[in-house]
Amino acid sequence: MLEYKPNTVLSNQEFDSIGSSPVRHDGADKVTGRARYGADTNMPGMLYGKILRSPHAHAVIKSVDASEAEAMPGVYAVVTSADWPETSMKLTDLAEGAIHNLGFLSMNVLARGKALYKGHAVAAVAAVSTHVAEEALTKIKVDYEVLTPVLSAEEAIKPGAPILHDRLAAVASPALRPGGLLEDDADSLQTNIANKFEFSLGDLEQGFKDADIIVEKETTTRAVHQGYIEPQAGVAHWQADGKVTVWSSSQGQFTVRDQTARFLGIPVSQVKAIPMEIGGGFGAKGITYVEPVAALLSRKSGRPVKVQLSRPEVFEATGPTSGTKIKVKLGATKDGKLIAAEAELIYEAGAFPGSPVGAAVQCMMGQYDIPNAHLTAVDVVVNMPKAAAYRAPGAPAAAFCMETALDELAEKLDVDPLEFRLMNSGKEGSRRVTGPVNPLVGYVETLQAAKDHAHYNTALDGKLRGRGIASGFWGNNSGPASAVAVVNSDGTVSLTEGSPDIGGSRVAMALHVAEVLNLSVEDIKPQVGDTDSIGFTSNTGGSSVTFKTGWACYNAAQSVKQQMIERAAKIWEIPDEDVEYKEAVLQHKSDPELKLTFKQIAARMIPTGGPIVGSAGVNPPGPGPSIGVHMVDVEVDPETGKVDILRYTAVQDAGKAIHPPYVEGQIQGGAVQGIGWALNEEYVYNDNGGMLNSSFLDYRMPTSLDLPMIDTVIVEVANPNHPYGVRGVGEVPIVPPMAAISNAIYDAIGIRMNDLPMSPDKVLEALWAKEGK
Amino acid sequence: MAEVWIPPKLQQLTGGNQQVQVEGATVRRLINNLEAQHPGIKEYLVDEVEDDLIPGLAVIIDGEVSQLGMLDKVGEDSEVHFLPAIGGG
Repeated sequence: MLEYKPNTVLSNQEFDSIGSSPVRHDGADKVTGRARYGADTNMPGMLYGKILRSPHAHAVIKSVDASEAEAMPGVYAVVTSADWPETSMKLTDLAEGAIHNLGFLSMNVLARGKALYKGHAVAAVAAVSTHVAEEALTKIKVDYEVLTPVLSAEEAIKPGAPILHDRLAAVASPALRPGGLLEDDADSLQTNIANKFEFSLGDLEQGFKDADIIVEKETTTRAVHQGYIEPQAGVAHWQADGKVTVWSSSQGQFTVRDQTARFLGIPVSQVKAIPMEIGGGFGAKGITYVEPVAALLSRKSGRPVKVQLSRPEVFEATGPTSGTKIKVKLGATKDGKLIAAEAELIYEAGAFPGSPVGAAVQCMMGQYDIPNAHLTAVDVVVNMPKAAAYRAPGAPAAAFCMETALDELAEKLDVDPLEFRLMNSGKEGSRRVTGPVNPLVGYVETLQAAKDHAHYNTALDGKLRGRGIASGFWGNNSGPASAVAVVNSDGTVSLTEGSPDIGGSRVAMALHVAEVLNLSVEDIKPQVGDTDSIGFTSNTGGSSVTFKTGWACYNAAQSVKQQMIERAAKIWEIPDEDVEYKEAVLQHKSDPELKLTFKQIAARMIPTGGPIVGSAGVNPPGPGPSIGVHMVDVEVDPETGKVDILRYTAVQDAGKAIHPPYVEGQIQGGAVQGIGWALNEEYVYNDNGGMLNSSFLDYRMPTSLDLPMIDTVIVEVANPNHPYGVRGVGEVPIVPPMAAISNAIYDAIGIRMNDLPMSPDKVLEALWAKEGK
Repeated sequence: MAEVWIPPKLQQLTGGNQQVQVEGATVRRLINNLEAQHPGIKEYLVDEVEDDLIPGLAVIIDGEVSQLGMLDKVGEDSEVHFLPAIGGG
């Protein structure tokens, strides 16, 4: 039995509340079933919406005849894309993994003219029950002209490949511009390549000439799903006054509001989006699938409408991450210095442009100091669901290629793989291969903590066992965020902020306020506001919430603190400057007898000037990158090819862990999702583009029975751009696992596994091939 | 003057130069001066209708992604990059 020490924190600074581990405010509701999720809204007269989906992966929709369905008793509305306006092809930055063209997104929510993947929504029905709605779907007659699908980027870029969009604009841009459609008379070759762009640094040719050792490799990965527990669900009510209220589970109530309004052609002020609790999202709930359809059905029926996806619908019609094909070539001197790197990353975007290849190419070598490089990124459409963000979108597949190539290079150089990374790690001021110089980063410190860990210093014995390490880089995000702190007469503070709480952010926000005001975190009452009651806040995504919304809460609390000082000064009839706020007590700086507690002033706030309300709207720069280093021990079963994880340790720079157990939870969750991606998970398609494993029985995600305790070490290299040093923590832990496990398998059996997942059948075939069977 | 790093696809507009020196106390002024020096480059960086950077394009000033875009300040010795914005999950 391994000794497990939770929350090992290599701390940089101690605070009163920050870094403590209180029980989350929403915990009791969640463990007792009182918390209300996307499907938990019910209203009088509510109808149930169901969606008709294309049985074909690629087909022209020649006509839709819904007359028989509309005539059924209990059916109140049938809608298709003809029921809403064409959305402009304007690009919108939603800050959740890819830049979206809302015209394409609209066509993803309801197909217009063509069905581009099996499961693509074609029509929807609202009826008195789900059974009636499902029956009505069978009465809708759709005349399809079935086309040949193209199911991989490799096939889609070949000359003569089936074309998904007749007028797709192939863009070569410094920005990741996920295309658009050309004018009908524009002169352009048809293509499935939506974008291709490059980065260059130094002199690549000379770099490879100077290299003593060169490694080249190619990796492939398949689409995998985010696998959140709660399917997309929501209720929309289009009221008689033209206003629309939406209750749904999402990563951004403002995105729900904005997309619903844009797709339906109404002002955003007509839509109120109320965030329900969210049962996981990992990026995929940063865009809408059900809310605009529910609103459209509600407008047509005059009743509130609930739409809730089934698990097969989640798999077949909501975004997985991209399948990829990546090549890398690395050159190093014999003394272990990386001096040249070349890579080509081809990412499948699904049915519409906009894979996360832009993020992938910037993160692939982000943690290394390499003077000469050239990277090419390609975004390709295929007949699969539109790829959505998934935890560090794009970076895991890129790291799988890069970090396994580094392992090969370290072996050829006969250098310890951790030491090799230390020798080439980026530091503050060093230049990344994509151009910018690094801000303060904790890569060296994280590698050193991994090197010092008992895991790395304990021998691994046993046949067919191996150890692997890999690191990961993620850029992290910021964005606009809002918070309002209201002092109550009993001395508590009600805190409203705009970030849906996926990973415990309510308590993290409350801790920011508690720290500023020296109050108990239990005296802070956090809630997530709807779009009419809090200022704009960008999605819960990009590992941004604790940074950006933390800043907003910090500023709101500072405002409260200043107002408390002013109230004390008013009571004592002295200048504000003579009042000191310390330990939640207002004190006269030169007269120790004059003291008022926070609670005492709260009780007197109305007669001393009225309510005390602190608010803040921010868009702070400098979230700082995150770094993770993972090490794993595996054992390979030679009879079955199954790989067992024996021991797993994840080391990560969090800047400052506001609530260490939740940081640990993010690290463990990311590592476990990465283990599933490494060993089992993939979309399996037949030749016609039909998914063969769209259930959790057949889409194998890891369970607790498959895993050891994931040990964690939290390194704290404070981010100077946050008052407590925070860096985002949610995404980078999914970046290293696939490479670490592949490297461990190589250490165990001497075979490089370059195709994900490294499932038992592939491992067994590789073993047989090695043995000449 | 600030040093602006030009993406490879746009280097044909800067005579093949990866870095160019440009005046400008804000990103807006810097881009306008860049356009004056190298005509045709602005349309790849700016949405003229919205008077903002093209959606999905991030401007990085001295290693940090700007949250203010066209309105952000640029130092006399700043280093400026235009890269795809990184989102997240």
